[in-house]
Amino acid sequence: MALNRDSTDTVGIRFFGKVTASVTHEIKNALAVINENAGLLEDLTVMSDRGVPIDPERLKVMAKKILTQVQRVDGIVKNMNGFAHSVDEDEKCIDLAELLNLVIRLAGRHAAMRGVSLEMAPVDGAVMVTTVPFALENLVWLCLEYAMGVCGNGKRICLIPEKTTTGARIRITRLESLSAGTADPFPTERETSLSGVIGADLALDAVAGEITVTLLPKPGAAAG
Amino acid sequence: MSEKVLLVDDEADFISIMAERMEARGMEVSTATSAREALEMVEDRFFDAVVLDLMMPEMDGLEALKAFKEKNPDLQVIMLTGHATVEKGIEAIKLGAMDLVEKPADLGTLSEKIKKAQARKLILVEKHNEERIRKIIGTKGW
Repeated sequence: MALNRDSTDTVGIRFFGKVTASVTHEIKNALAVINENAGLLEDLTVMSDRGVPIDPERLKVMAKKILTQVQRVDGIVKNMNGFAHSVDEDEKCIDLAELLNLVIRLAGRHAAMRGVSLEMAPVDGAVMVTTVPFALENLVWLCLEYAMGVCGNGKRICLIPEKTTTGARIRITRLESLSAGTADPFPTERETSLSGVIGADLALDAVAGEITVTLLPKPGAAAG
Repeated sequence: MSEKVLLVDDEADFISIMAERMEARGMEVSTATSAREALEMVEDRFFDAVVLDLMMPEMDGLEALKAFKEKNPDLQVIMLTGHATVEKGIEAIKLGAMDLVEKPADLGTLSEKIKKAQARKLILVEKHNEERIRKIIGTKGW
């Protein structure tokens, strides 16, 4: 298949933009909670100056809420940092489950907005593959975007990383309405171009309700 | 007269503290963590202003804004946004939002906007009352 580098670069920049927008939105939400707690502290101080005693229990609750938000932001920033580092090297040997978990965390809010929950099937041992991490994350993200429109009333999507005899594959399952499809075609040139960059086969099984991304072995690289 | 406000945001921790701070400033505050819950609340209750998050699960703020305006075109809605893109802002104003406030919100600024919303609402209520009286006078042969 002929690779369209310009096309995959544009798709990649859009993907990076979408993830960044979602992440910064979530950080803003956490900051808003911290901001309100700071404001409430200020209110309590003003009241204390007027002779109203401050309840220490109240302060404990507020401290806990602030700490929860700090932990939330820390998690979001860690995810974003991991994502940003996925462009460090063109090709890398990675644990497929780790990559999928990262995409699930990054897409979490996006999915929640559509009332969909994303989950990973338990994995028996690491599934190591040599791939282009950023392009694979992008492809999984695009598959999930489509999957969210065809997951039916179940509103749950399960990702399964598996070893194959020649490499590895990702199964995106529980797509109850895959046979009905959506108004948008799938896969489009975006997905086929990315599959070409990665060296993957993308297949839809309407009966099983699954999208499968099969990672073909790289010359000279052994699948774990 | 205290302002009656409905706060709508899926961040429960955010609206509970904001509600408390607004109440400390003399406002009467109700909260909803989803647009659907908020739509039920505006069915049978009066609010001077609705403070509505732009991004919420299932029904987002713009969809909710449309639904609020269909139910009650006079409802004064202030949009809260974590990411104020110009396009979304313009769309919200076109759909009838009174104003936009970016998160993290400054309570002083938001309170000012709520006061303006209450004033607008009062003017609209008075206008409707005047129209109603004029209609009655016009139909009766006094």
